Amino acid sequence: MAADTLFRRITDYAHRADPYPLYAELREAGVVRQEDGSYLVGTYHEIAALLHDPRISSDRRNRAVPDETAAGEQGVPPSFIGLDDPEHHRLRRLAMRSFGPPHTPGRIDAMEGEITRIVKDLIAGFEGKKRIDIVDDFAYPLPVTVICRLLGVPTEDEPRFRLWSDTIVAGFDPTPGEDPAERQRAGSEARKAMGLYLGELAEKRRNRPSDDMLSAFINNEGPDGRLTQLEIMTTAVLLLIAGHETTVNLITNGILTLLRHPDELDRLRSEPPLMPKAVEELLRYEPPVQMLPQRTPLADIEVLGVTIPKGAPLILMLASGNRDPQRFRDPDRFDPTREDNQHLGFGSGMHSCFGAPLARMETQLALTALIQHLDKPRLVEDPPPYRRSPVLRGPRHLLIEDDRAGA
Amino acid sequence: MRGEPRDGRIVIVGASLAGLRAAEKLRAEGFAGSLTLVGEEPQPPYDRPPLSKQVLLGKVPAENTGLPQRREVDAEWRLGVRATGLDPFGKRVLLADGEEVSFDRLLIATGTRARPWPNPAEAALDGVFTLRTSDDAGRLAERLDAGPRRVLVIGAGFTGSEIASACRERGLEVTVAERGPAPLVGALGGTLGTLATRLQRAHGVDLRCGVTVTALEGNGRLTGAQFSDGTRIDADVAVVALGAVRNTEWLAESGLAAGPRGVTCDAGCRAFDMYGIVTDDIFAAGDVARFPHPLFEYQLLSLEHWGNAVAQAEVAAHNMVNPGPRRRPHLTVPAFWSSQFGLNIKSVGVPTFSDQVVIAQGSLKDARLVAVYGYRGRVTAAVSVNQAKWLEYYQRLIETAAPFPPAPGAADRPESLVPVPSDVPDPKMLSHGPTVALTGHLPDRRLTVVQPAR
Amino acid sequence: MNVVVDLNRCQGYAQCAFLAPQVFTMHGEESLLYTPVIAEDQDERVRRAAAACPVQAIVVGKEAGSGAR
Repeated sequence: MAADTLFRRITDYAHRADPYPLYAELREAGVVRQEDGSYLVGTYHEIAALLHDPRISSDRRNRAVPDETAAGEQGVPPSFIGLDDPEHHRLRRLAMRSFGPPHTPGRIDAMEGEITRIVKDLIAGFEGKKRIDIVDDFAYPLPVTVICRLLGVPTEDEPRFRLWSDTIVAGFDPTPGEDPAERQRAGSEARKAMGLYLGELAEKRRNRPSDDMLSAFINNEGPDGRLTQLEIMTTAVLLLIAGHETTVNLITNGILTLLRHPDELDRLRSEPPLMPKAVEELLRYEPPVQMLPQRTPLADIEVLGVTIPKGAPLILMLASGNRDPQRFRDPDRFDPTREDNQHLGFGSGMHSCFGAPLARMETQLALTALIQHLDKPRLVEDPPPYRRSPVLRGPRHLLIEDDRAGA
Repeated sequence: MRGEPRDGRIVIVGASLAGLRAAEKLRAEGFAGSLTLVGEEPQPPYDRPPLSKQVLLGKVPAENTGLPQRREVDAEWRLGVRATGLDPFGKRVLLADGEEVSFDRLLIATGTRARPWPNPAEAALDGVFTLRTSDDAGRLAERLDAGPRRVLVIGAGFTGSEIASACRERGLEVTVAERGPAPLVGALGGTLGTLATRLQRAHGVDLRCGVTVTALEGNGRLTGAQFSDGTRIDADVAVVALGAVRNTEWLAESGLAAGPRGVTCDAGCRAFDMYGIVTDDIFAAGDVARFPHPLFEYQLLSLEHWGNAVAQAEVAAHNMVNPGPRRRPHLTVPAFWSSQFGLNIKSVGVPTFSDQVVIAQGSLKDARLVAVYGYRGRVTAAVSVNQAKWLEYYQRLIETAAPFPPAPGAADRPESLVPVPSDVPDPKMLSHGPTVALTGHLPDRRLTVVQPAR
Repeated sequence: MNVVVDLNRCQGYAQCAFLAPQVFTMHGEESLLYTPVIAEDQDERVRRAAAACPVQAIVVGKEAGSGAR
């Protein structure tokens, strides 16, 4: 198979349920140049090195041929995920002030009780159903509820921002040959609309702070200043989307994987202290973010004997690196007790996932409670139907039947 | 059978970090014989880095820094007793309590101790401290709790600077005296020395460089100190942070190449004797070892680093229970960290092995940067200040002897990419001893004693 | 239980400080301070923190040599 069609096959929806054989091909091929001039890297050590290479930019405006996502956006600048230092550092630090250490160290730890209650309520909602959809009934509403409370967004508005969110996610779908410009334009519009919505919410809290992050963004002034109105919008959009488009996949992929490995499920049910390591293994084995599509080298960089030219789009296939036999023993085996597990599930380096501790806690609590509740769960459909995006990969629905589901 | 790689008697002298990790590694590699650890201090192995940070800040009691074990070691622990001699013919370690322990293979991991204040009468004044052991830290922390009016720190290497930082964080008045031109200059050179000067002053340290302490005053209790520039201060606590002395005196009659710079060993941690002949049953690891490193022209390195103690102990242990062809070299790139004045300083490579330095990322102004060091056109070290996530990139440049200055293109657009002289002073010009020393190529202790410092 | 962190490996991702804030604290933006001897009620949090460390720098275990004479 010619290398230049590999990315088409990876992003082809037909391969969404199991892209891993294609990742193996990618690792075999080394650094792959595609017909559009972009480069794919799928081996662990090279991805890890590039994530710590200061010459790799996350700002798409540095591309030799900037795309719609980078250039226009009707004047809406990138959020910190699409910026380099020092701007990235300033924004991420200001956002971190109300989220975690060093300024708010106890926030996530203090949410354990609330997350546990939400999980319990969702499980109580299974009442009367023999068949449940893990996505709609559990894995989606949990992170949405949590991120809404954290940011200070009314949960009732979920239908509104779900639509924007879907459009934004489609906007950065790198699938080639499907009129990306139109998708990107729609994504930019949605991003702007969501930004205005969140900006208004924040504005309402000016001088009337409550214990949420939007309040903190608009009211708190630290020694290094505060976020501007525009920055509040871009940052809040980023956190809202990241907070509910990724954890849903981690939880759903988790249940799917455990149902495919019933011995491991039984073991985790009888030994709950193993769950933190099991979640790390899920992040390696079925990561919710499969690739980082928006890197760009600022100099010609040689990787595995291939020179990636300055300004070329660079796509790092995290999920492929996670299955690299050069790094992980028996990489295609799901082993919740794996000792050596420095996975790329949350990326690595300075852009490593902002919300990782929250995602970890939500998933650990969700999976622990769910497997305790279910008795003999069965997958109705395997593989389940998947969501469209090859970047944020996960089932659209995951139907299971269980004698105790609604008991 | 006795003497077989995985059987027999192994004795480890030194029951701190290196000794413990070596013991664990020996068992992990299947050593099934008898294992004895001899330690001078009465406590089980504990972690030292917290002593100048968490402990002095009053966040952790000094006696609560015990190290976790990674696995069972099934060893006999002879704690609270010093080794006083080594009989290489009888293969015995002599102990201060008159007993002796026989070995088939020996690991020397006796580390270092704090260099004392040179005037014993002044050193004995109440209020004069050194900081190396948990007892030291406990006594000093207790005195800081009592709220002294001024603390004098003598020597502005890493330990001295961390002590000054902890004192300032507790709101105590601090004077730092350093013979060299700036704090940390002996380890990091002129550019970061200037940054350290600025930081200390910004945090309210009374920093005095280019001076020495000529006398500690007091009558039973410390009351003040005199400096070489004719000035004096009142102080009720003085911490002597002049660096470390290697614990090798007990090896004086052993015939090993052991002296003030440590016990010389090969890349496989096997000790040399004083004629430069490598032994096959005596190994060395940790702060006390002096070993050749290929990245630094095979000069013998003496390191006082946590990471080196762990890595070298593991190599030594592996080699103690594996036959020749399976032995491994200790090639780890030197690395250390320091936490002071709110900043995280991390280093890879050997910054003193340099002629030039460049700020490759970030800026001195923001105290958030990566400084890269070069020697004759290749990268030899990098130091990050609150930018640790980039350091592994530079470690690879060091490991591959990449050209210096490094290629431009960093995404954070540093302010200047022009290398400047690294300005590493002669260690003899500093108050404190170096924590990294390149000590030439000669294994014999009598020759190394007269070897010039650079 | 006791804990030690290999601060050469640590890159300041702060996962431990989120997940076990009574044991691990960020001192400034990047320096990590921790309590080497863990109170029993923190065991579970410390286990979560150790599992979450992106550079696997946290060692948790029984105090070494605690049975020494």
